[in-house]
Amino acid sequence: MIRSKLDEDEYWNSSKFKAFTFDDEDDEFSRLKESKQAVNSIRGLVEEEEDEDDVEKVTWSGEPVGSISWSIKETASSSRAAGEIRDQGFPKIDTTPSLPKQGSNYSLSSFFKVRGKSGSSQSFSDNWSDSTTRMFAPELRKPKSEYKDYVSDWSPEETVRRMHRGKPYSLEKFRCLKDKLLLLDKAVDSHDGNVITAVLIFLKRSLSKEEILFRELVSRQIALQHFIHFLKEMGEQKLLLELFKSLGRTEDMAFLQYKDHLNIKDEVQRQEYLKNCISLPFSADDASHVQDHYTLLERQIIIEVNDKHMEKAGQMGIFKKYPRKASILNMPIITTLYYSCFYHYGEAEGTYSSPANIKKTFKISEKQYLLTALGARAKQKAWSDVDSLFTTKNWLGYTKKRAPIGFHRVADILQKNNAPIQVLQEYVRLVDDPEMKLGLAQKYKCHDVIIDTYKDLKDRQQLMLYRCKVDRGSPEEKKIDDILSNTQVRWKN
Amino acid sequence: MASHLSYGRVNLNILREAARKELREFLDKCAGSKAIVWDEYLTGPFGLIAQYSLLKEHEVEKMFTLKPGRLPVADVKNIIFFVRPRLELMDIIAENVVSEDRQRSPRDLHILFVPRRSLLCEQRLKERGVLASFINIDEYILDLIPYDGDLLSMESESAFRECYLENDQTSLYHTAKGLMTLQALYGTIPQIFGKGESARHVANMMLRMKREFAGSQNQILPVFDTLLLLDRNVDLLTPLATQLTYEGLIDEIYGITNGYVKLPPEKFSQKKQGEGGKDLPTEPKKLQLNSAEELYAEIRDKNFNAVGAVLSKKAKIISAAFEERHNAKTVGEIKQFVSQLPHMQAARSSLANHTSIAELIKDITTSEAFFDNLTVEQEFMTGVDTDKVNSYIEDCIAQKDPLIKILRLVCMQSVCNNGLKQKVLDHYKREILQTYGYEHILTLSNLEKTGLLKPQIGTRNNYPTIRKTLKLWMEDVNEQNPNDISYVYSGFAPLSVRLAQLLARPGWRSIEEVLKMLPGPHFEERQQLPSGLHKKRQQGENRTTLVFFLGGVTYAEIAALRFLSQMEEGGTEYVIATTKLINGTSWIKSLMDKLEAPPF
Repeated sequence: MIRSKLDEDEYWNSSKFKAFTFDDEDDEFSRLKESKQAVNSIRGLVEEEEDEDDVEKVTWSGEPVGSISWSIKETASSSRAAGEIRDQGFPKIDTTPSLPKQGSNYSLSSFFKVRGKSGSSQSFSDNWSDSTTRMFAPELRKPKSEYKDYVSDWSPEETVRRMHRGKPYSLEKFRCLKDKLLLLDKAVDSHDGNVITAVLIFLKRSLSKEEILFRELVSRQIALQHFIHFLKEMGEQKLLLELFKSLGRTEDMAFLQYKDHLNIKDEVQRQEYLKNCISLPFSADDASHVQDHYTLLERQIIIEVNDKHMEKAGQMGIFKKYPRKASILNMPIITTLYYSCFYHYGEAEGTYSSPANIKKTFKISEKQYLLTALGARAKQKAWSDVDSLFTTKNWLGYTKKRAPIGFHRVADILQKNNAPIQVLQEYVRLVDDPEMKLGLAQKYKCHDVIIDTYKDLKDRQQLMLYRCKVDRGSPEEKKIDDILSNTQVRWKN
Repeated sequence: MASHLSYGRVNLNILREAARKELREFLDKCAGSKAIVWDEYLTGPFGLIAQYSLLKEHEVEKMFTLKPGRLPVADVKNIIFFVRPRLELMDIIAENVVSEDRQRSPRDLHILFVPRRSLLCEQRLKERGVLASFINIDEYILDLIPYDGDLLSMESESAFRECYLENDQTSLYHTAKGLMTLQALYGTIPQIFGKGESARHVANMMLRMKREFAGSQNQILPVFDTLLLLDRNVDLLTPLATQLTYEGLIDEIYGITNGYVKLPPEKFSQKKQGEGGKDLPTEPKKLQLNSAEELYAEIRDKNFNAVGAVLSKKAKIISAAFEERHNAKTVGEIKQFVSQLPHMQAARSSLANHTSIAELIKDITTSEAFFDNLTVEQEFMTGVDTDKVNSYIEDCIAQKDPLIKILRLVCMQSVCNNGLKQKVLDHYKREILQTYGYEHILTLSNLEKTGLLKPQIGTRNNYPTIRKTLKLWMEDVNEQNPNDISYVYSGFAPLSVRLAQLLARPGWRSIEEVLKMLPGPHFEERQQLPSGLHKKRQQGENRTTLVFFLGGVTYAEIAALRFLSQMEEGGTEYVIATTKLINGTSWIKSLMDKLEAPPF
């Protein structure tokens, strides 16, 4: 590549253009087209010769031929095929999803991703010997003091250093609490999470009571964090909760317990679990959200059982006409409200599944409610329901149209649900801002609204222009002609 | 293949060569033919260090992906596992090894841990009764991976989460270690500046490690003059904003992983004459992006609005070059033309690719949704209505836009207002939980713990002061021919890069007051050099500063630093290092609590 790079340099430099000159008048993006065309026209000139020596070979997926991931596929595919015949008893091999790619490769947390048996760690020393060769640049990572290997009575400092370098060591001789804590402090000083955690496991196992360890960790924040991580990754939930409790970190404790609901598959068990979570020491706000979460799942279970039954029985036409695509369990509340507006619209407020009840129970804002109900009713083409959503009566009995979400949003949602032009234009007409109204009317081709708006604006020229756009002999054209010939209108132009 | 690493101010190829040397030495230790079993995650980063050819030269005949069950058949003497130190991988290895024993021909087993061996993993292998089966257990220290001529990354995905949410300093330890390795290769860095708790911590560890190795003096003439350590939480705002450089937008929209991007194939189908429309590729098109590609090096850091002009200019040049063939009359002229063909072809295909990418991006940047989103971001950054509920955010929630988009905006509003009024925060929280599910209370709590989202408590909003003092918003930004770093966000200058810029000139003393408003301590340390290694600077010679972003850096920030390097009167050239290349989306994602996939 070096050679070609140089040549390229020469090539570009020899041209008269400088990288930073530009013409102001040009629209940048029309140039994209230009360059595209140029590229395409050149394409025909020269046949592809990807096998040129200095051109990197690339497979279609763009992987340079010879890259590691490419080679894995290449070398593996040949032998895999042979292996498959023999491995028929293990179809698992090919179907297992590949390893998790997420997550750091470096973190402390990554050391213990899987639940392990607690207390099973013994001294690591027995399996460690200096025969495991290491390959550091010596002056980088091995200070000279490290070479006295076979002294048996190591100080805490030396022990930590040996652990750090992967040499044999023994922790068993640290018997009294003071020595153990000194060892821990030295481990913390080394900053090596690997070593700190190993010492913590030793302490956890060798101290008679956990409270002693907890108490000492309070004044050792770094060790404490490593310990919390260790417990989290090993799945030692109970001990972790005790630790949080003794530290007074009640909210952490609450969140930790709440998070566990995600691992419960069965919805009834999950609901029970969430019920217990309500009394956890959350902040007032969070507690109310957890309460809502519980109530929601409770409702969903009732609705699901009921609707499943109804659907099977085939009594309600709505389920026949629009078969349910999925269960409503564990869906967010807004989705649940949509479902309710779709299948249970108009039910009395007393039923759990009625939109009114859901809106009230979960304190859904008027805006959110209107948007959701509108979407659901429009989907079913229930235009009269749509109409009543935005109709208000005043005390004299006159009706008036009102939309807290703005009529432009109403029109947008209706259009997305393929509302007929008659319905659509009724709402476009209600948009306050004339410019926005015109824009929407043009977008949705509501001729009537456009014509009337120009008339209201007394804009004769626009109206005449628009006349050219409508079909010859159409009712729209006639309407425009009528207005233009109306001598009552005082045109502004 | 990695020549682009040596073009920069600092030859990062030295680092790559050192890594390759260690790899070769390890492979040679396992004499005879071998197969490598890969932890799939590692293949990306390793690809930046070595190609298959290097492994092949050292008798690697087969390569497999680590999977449970039985190892594939391979007639080799050695099986080597290349893995991260993770317990679940140990379980898979153990399964492999146990099944292996049943087979007849015994193969020598080895493990190479990347980047460090772990006592606990070895313990796990022992529990599974397979530790003794391994002839060799080693570690391959790969902390800082060279990505480009001026860019190093540890590619530690969860570094920010660990440091700022979980208070786990392991990645900082690796950072310090990586910096020690760097100093071993490029000389002791005489000056260390830093801002933030983590920066302080890393500097402390480095100084301590240096004391430990006091016996052996580093005799290499220092390449770097200054190290600047910056905590990501000093500047939470920048990654939340949509990057507007070419490379930044590619990352925002398609995501760049280990220097590669996967793009929708439609625009790249190369129809040859006579082939018609059949066989349109369905696999994404994968492209490598780095400065080895001349055209990309030129446009990657430009504001996207300036890219079109360059592409069209290149197109004209190339067209003209190809037209030259008509003028080639003599044999010599024809010969010369032909000799240039390969480069012209490479330039042409590079231009074709980037024209296609630019078209893809343009489709998005010209959309209404993109414009609306950007408008709101810019309102927040300039301090417009940051104390009220924003109706655009409400609309996005109502339309069920992706949750990460919502979180980016809400966090941005919070950061630009030094916290949200309790009422506003409560409103957003309620809307988010109602629309996306109550379980996201876990994510919201995480965002609050890292300070990305917070209630305003009594204190005055100091963001306007910071914005004005550091000139974070520039009204008359020039996207085509920039004169300030703010071009990378079309008006907004990344705070992190401003700090680097002001450190170089006139020095941080001028902004003491603002530095105090930002979280964490700021400090300066000096490392003694052995006599004789003090650099005698030629007049007009630029200083070289290594900027290390703890917790991640965006491509737009990198572009801004490159812009500063190129400024004639700048006087400083920058090399950038980080724990992870991030964008707002990948960053927020790393803070979300992993939720199970919905049941359908």
